[in-house]
Amino acid sequence: MNQPKLPLRACVLALVLAAAACGPEQAQHTPTAQVAAGDAAFADTFRAKLLDAKPGDVIEVPPGRYSFDRSLTLRVDGVTIRGAGPDKSVLSFKGQKAGAEGLLVNASNFLIENIAIEDSKGDGLKVNEGEHITIRNVRVEWTGGPSTKNGGYGLYPVKTRNVLIENSAAIGASDAGIYVGQSRDVIVRNSRAEFNVAGIEIENTVNADVYDNTATNNTGGILVFNMPALSQQGGAIRVFKNKVFKNNTANFGAKGTPVASVPAGSGVVVNSNDDVEIFDNDISDNATTNIIVSSVYSTGYKDDKASKDFDPYPERINIYGNRLKGGGDSPDGFDLKALKTALYGLSGQLPDVLWDGYANKQRKEGPQICIRDVSGVVNADGPGGYKNPSKDVKPYACELTKLPAIDLKRG
Amino acid sequence: MSMRWVVAVLVSLLVAGCSKPQEAPRAGEPAAAALAADAPWAPVRFFADGQPEDLAEWNLLRVAGGRLQLNRGVLPYELNTALFSDYAHKLRTVWMPKGQAANYQPDEEFDFPVGTVFSKTFYYPRGEGKAVLRSYDEGPDLRGGGLQLSQVRLVETRLLLRRDNGWVALPYVWNREQTKAKLMRGGELVSLELVGADGGRETADYAVPDQNQCAGCHGTDMKSKALHPIGPKARHLNRDFAYDDGLQNQIARWTQVGYLKGAPAPQQAPRDANWHDPAAPLEARARAYLDINCGHCHSPKGPGNTSGLWLNAATQEPLRLGRCKLPIAAGHGTGDHRYGVVPGKPDESILIHRMRSDDPSVMMPELGRSVVHEEGVQLIRDWIAAQRGECG
Repeated sequence: MNQPKLPLRACVLALVLAAAACGPEQAQHTPTAQVAAGDAAFADTFRAKLLDAKPGDVIEVPPGRYSFDRSLTLRVDGVTIRGAGPDKSVLSFKGQKAGAEGLLVNASNFLIENIAIEDSKGDGLKVNEGEHITIRNVRVEWTGGPSTKNGGYGLYPVKTRNVLIENSAAIGASDAGIYVGQSRDVIVRNSRAEFNVAGIEIENTVNADVYDNTATNNTGGILVFNMPALSQQGGAIRVFKNKVFKNNTANFGAKGTPVASVPAGSGVVVNSNDDVEIFDNDISDNATTNIIVSSVYSTGYKDDKASKDFDPYPERINIYGNRLKGGGDSPDGFDLKALKTALYGLSGQLPDVLWDGYANKQRKEGPQICIRDVSGVVNADGPGGYKNPSKDVKPYACELTKLPAIDLKRG
Repeated sequence: MSMRWVVAVLVSLLVAGCSKPQEAPRAGEPAAAALAADAPWAPVRFFADGQPEDLAEWNLLRVAGGRLQLNRGVLPYELNTALFSDYAHKLRTVWMPKGQAANYQPDEEFDFPVGTVFSKTFYYPRGEGKAVLRSYDEGPDLRGGGLQLSQVRLVETRLLLRRDNGWVALPYVWNREQTKAKLMRGGELVSLELVGADGGRETADYAVPDQNQCAGCHGTDMKSKALHPIGPKARHLNRDFAYDDGLQNQIARWTQVGYLKGAPAPQQAPRDANWHDPAAPLEARARAYLDINCGHCHSPKGPGNTSGLWLNAATQEPLRLGRCKLPIAAGHGTGDHRYGVVPGKPDESILIHRMRSDDPSVMMPELGRSVVHEEGVQLIRDWIAAQRGECG
């Protein structure tokens, strides 16, 4: 290999500092909808309906903006919350004084549709534990645009099973716009995530299809993550037919959260997850790089003792048939900038795929990261302290069995 | 089933959710405060269904002779270490139907019979003017037959009742006149001015939970969704209480009055430390504090299990207790810190950051406080500071 060694750092650093203000252009958020206040008494009525809900109830939210200074909770199975449209019926939590989310749901057979949740202090809509969850045509937004002070998650089902999120939007979350955690059998489709740190994040989730979504102006577009010390490890995730472009918003996540380590300008990121298939997407102009495959070692989890039951390595990752364009021209962070400059020159760009290089050396068949139809792959040599990165694409010439489609059996 | 009972239930169903806070007594309605201390009082009444609109309907507590009195058979109790609720003091009571008793359990809450009624009245010692005191709760002063109302401000009384199909929580809010407590299923915010011993003042947006939020703490098993009492476990109850007739261990007293069966001698039962007791070991005080304040959610079955952080009494694994543990979905609750607990470094620990925040999207617990428990933060700081080792 004839790559220069990285410690050209001094001169690269000077360039980086000089160029610090010239990162990718930052897109500006404008609030989606201005909705006039509705009947003030409806806020109490709505809360009472949540308290009194019986299975089968449909709770209608008429057009208008309704303000709440405390969070709302639903605990009854089989309830539907239905507004007049995500730009017509708004539950607003601006100025919220109590409660860690806007609406908290602990129920199964839950449907929420045609409504918006705005400016909650914490998470927008959290569904904790439940089966057969449907979130349709729902907008969660922090109307002031990206800010570390915004709530963490927009749409946030966790420990759920049989989940459908469709035709929805999440805007401005300080962590992930659409975040499905520790769940099983999930579809996220036809949805839009903008100006979040992570646009769409599937974490520690088994069996998910993420398709026909648009992720743009986030720090990272679509993330498939696995974190240690949780109830289950995720896998069997398909990401396809999405439009993932210009996710170049500076990372405004608080340090310590897994997504805070995501470099601005990341298109699709697979972190420590096994069995992920990424195909038929349009991925472009993500300034760090269009696709990243990495280990939790790159996101701050270095204590081996703490993760003894955890597989930190991404394995059986199948990337093919995507339409990739641009990107890689202005990677975020010193190491990546240095990597780019060292391998591709100041005016060059990182190829379509970046792998941090962490792999289980005990695994005979290797990590089985199979990549086709890309401009190139760079192995950043994370384990070696980024000293010996490689552009060799031969290790990725492999075949994997395709994953089955998710069938939520909803007829 | 008596007619009066049916009417009461119907009325309560009709008016549920329509109550207004701070309602003044109507003209012509005898003010409850006018009751003499020794006025006759019917026995405690257990509503097997429905949601009585007025706390007085239960005949559990009443305002009479300038005091908040406890009815016959309504037994007050305290916990070794209690949940922090904006420095509110708490008067806890238990009542069971005649001939009924709870079965002792060593680790979980006792197995209580249908008909059990717990009450918890949140109150503050009064300061000057409208201010209330920001002080440590030494336990209710019931000498003379109940809380002396000239000395305290009552905020709310929560009932937790064991019905046929499980536990039900009902929040009642006291009116400004301190004469009655009305059902407030929707909860509300009560603005309070707290004055510390040093004269320092702060405003609390004391949040009375809505009925669904009761499950935020008492729904300790997310799968079953059932509510559970949190306090009445052996380790919390195993202490003395100043009864009218003198000090006595609570487990012994409950056994003696017939509310508890199968309990061992108190010395054989588990016992949590009092977090406020400087004589108790730091580890025991900190774990007792974390157990009662955090462990109802942060347990393998609780709503906080999504985080992988468990702070209940039974948890021993350091990683589960937050040591060098990465946050999962804390969002900006991390405060830019990497680990839940960094040994020896409280200021770098997310746990401390979330305890000393009063931002609803950051603070822990998520519900039940609007101000910081400075003394509790100090305890957990000391606990973390005493830990040795490093995160990799």
